Amino acid sequence: MAHSGPMTDWRKAKLPVIAFLAPATVIYTLFMIYPLLDSIRLSFYATPSGGDTAFVGLDNYRTILADPDWSATFWNSFWNNMKFFAVHMLIQNPIGIALAGILSLPQLRFRNTYRTMMIMPTMLSVVIVGFIWQLILSPVWGVGADLLDIVGLKSLFGPWLGKEGSALITLSFISVWQWVGIPLMLIYAALLAIPDDLVDAAIVDGATHFEVFIHIKLPLVLPTVAMVSILTFVGNFNAFDLIYAVKGALAGPNFSTDIMGTLFYRTFFGYQLQLGNPHLGATVASLMFLIILAGVLFYLFAIQRRLARYQL
Amino acid sequence: MSNKVLAKGLAGALAASVALVPLMASAGELVIESWRNDDIDIWNDKIIPAFNKEHPDIKVSFKPTPPTEYNASVNAKLAGGTAGDLITCRPFDASLELYKQGNLAPLDDLKGMDNFSDVAKSAWQTDDGSVTFCLPMASVIHGFIYNKEAFEEVGVEVPKTREEFYAALDKIKEEGSYIPMAMGTADQWEAATMGFQNIGPNYWNGEAGRKALIDGSAKFTDAPYVDTFKELASWKNYLPDGYEAISYPDAQNLFSLGRAAVYPAGSWDISLFNNQADFEFGAFPPPPAAGADTCYISDHTDIALGLNAGSKNAAEAKLFLEWMTGSEFAELYSNALPGFFSLSNHKVAVTDPVASEFVSWRQKCESTIRNSYQILSRGTPNLENDLWNLSAQVINGTLTPTDAAGAAEAGLAKWYAPHQ
Repeated sequence: MAHSGPMTDWRKAKLPVIAFLAPATVIYTLFMIYPLLDSIRLSFYATPSGGDTAFVGLDNYRTILADPDWSATFWNSFWNNMKFFAVHMLIQNPIGIALAGILSLPQLRFRNTYRTMMIMPTMLSVVIVGFIWQLILSPVWGVGADLLDIVGLKSLFGPWLGKEGSALITLSFISVWQWVGIPLMLIYAALLAIPDDLVDAAIVDGATHFEVFIHIKLPLVLPTVAMVSILTFVGNFNAFDLIYAVKGALAGPNFSTDIMGTLFYRTFFGYQLQLGNPHLGATVASLMFLIILAGVLFYLFAIQRRLARYQL
Repeated sequence: MSNKVLAKGLAGALAASVALVPLMASAGELVIESWRNDDIDIWNDKIIPAFNKEHPDIKVSFKPTPPTEYNASVNAKLAGGTAGDLITCRPFDASLELYKQGNLAPLDDLKGMDNFSDVAKSAWQTDDGSVTFCLPMASVIHGFIYNKEAFEEVGVEVPKTREEFYAALDKIKEEGSYIPMAMGTADQWEAATMGFQNIGPNYWNGEAGRKALIDGSAKFTDAPYVDTFKELASWKNYLPDGYEAISYPDAQNLFSLGRAAVYPAGSWDISLFNNQADFEFGAFPPPPAAGADTCYISDHTDIALGLNAGSKNAAEAKLFLEWMTGSEFAELYSNALPGFFSLSNHKVAVTDPVASEFVSWRQKCESTIRNSYQILSRGTPNLENDLWNLSAQVINGTLTPTDAAGAAEAGLAKWYAPHQ
């Protein structure tokens, strides 16, 4: 214990530093990096029926991207994924920001109650959320039609989860309902960190609360908004559970709710009579990884560097 | 201190489990691998004791794995040489692959194998039919279950022909107090399995049509298939509002709550309805066209039992399989699980009235299996998955019957030589 203390130099501290970093590094490498690299390796191999597994280079990628059967399915799931992401960006995050802004108003009462209620859905299991919303929207038992009837809009009700045109959007809204608590909490925390004197000064200068929010608070939390966006992007392109819970791995009707996660599942594990193909599945997974990587790099280089940060 | 206690406990548990392993797999004990964990009581309380009456010296234990893990776990166990002696067989390609890898023993010379028809064996044979590698156990039959009280109330008879069937549905719809037919397309598979494969055999003449598709002499664009899709398209008039978002459990509940008159069924639905419906219900086979002299039913081979080629107890295992070919097993199994029917040719007295109605169709009608299961679902795009999607779309009205038939044929033509 004689060596510990503020005066210890780097050479003496080396051992403890390594000792403290090692568990995380080893576990992360073993459970995250190694499987990732190994699944990329898997995507370069193929097992022809009755033959042995052999290295095929980029053949699997060619199949997924160029073979008309696979590429149509792949791009369909990609665009569905983009729509899924767009709904989250355009609806979930603005609502999250707005709710956080309202929650941080100084004269708001029952603040904690609202906050708890808004974060609630996030804590539910996806399977339960899927089940509850299927029940609410069910044309047979659902309260959805009755609720619309109260406001006189029953004619607008339809089997939204079963129609090609509306199934994906409906599922996106369900997902938004569940996850809106995350941007809300992150942005709310960032808003709380803004010193009161900035807001007070603006109020003294005659700004309304709305103006304070737009001109003072929002620019200050913009880095958090950017971080929320990238989390949304990664989360959406990895999404699978809600679609699988509500629509199954065949993501009907007519693959209108098929996203890359469900396509990966069908390809890797197989479905009903379709036998699984681990190599093509790993190829889909690697493509998902590349798409997410491209998005994150775009964010790092094109957006994050340009964000103005203020020392508060 | 508590850590030490925990460690001792763990070590003890480990030692105990290691000590138990040799006991569990003692020589001469037959182990059955299965995915039917729902059936464990039936095996332990009924089937195995019945077998032990004849062979008291052979110990048998039933070791199920959850259905979703079964294929992966049995493959791994077979590869590692730790699998049980008797392997429950999935139909067609999954088991064929096990046979090709040398994991399942051929069973052609098993005594009693001639108690099974060719259709029954087809799911567990090589493509040319020369080797059978699993003993067929049970099938499920498709048809329609109907609410007897609803039929009486509306005043319709059990339909014998297609024309009578739709006249009855029209009448029920007009009368208005019952949903004519309880089904939805949200889960897609009911549209194909309870729809297309249920009514289709009457159009494509059962086995003849199924085999013609395999050898390429018939195509999905031929009249029987287009007509099946056409009949399916007419179902949307009889389904509940918003059927596009109605799932399989929704449809089951609609029927068992007495809100619907007809339910396109698989025979496995019987036990659920026995438990939940408080009205009398009956069943009728998919009605053929007026004047047709033969009716066809989908009597789909679902489950079989094979012999692990590496089994150390092969002689005892064969005795068990031979016993399974007899009438005692057929009767036990069919009655313990109403809706799962023994595939043997023995005349089985099924006590459940609806199940016995289902199985009686085997005498009146010709049996066939789902046409997408043998060989045709090996390639990409997968025919079975295609049929789910297309049948659901036909009922939803987003695809015409002709286009659906064309899409199914186009999918098959992409990889299957006889259709190119």
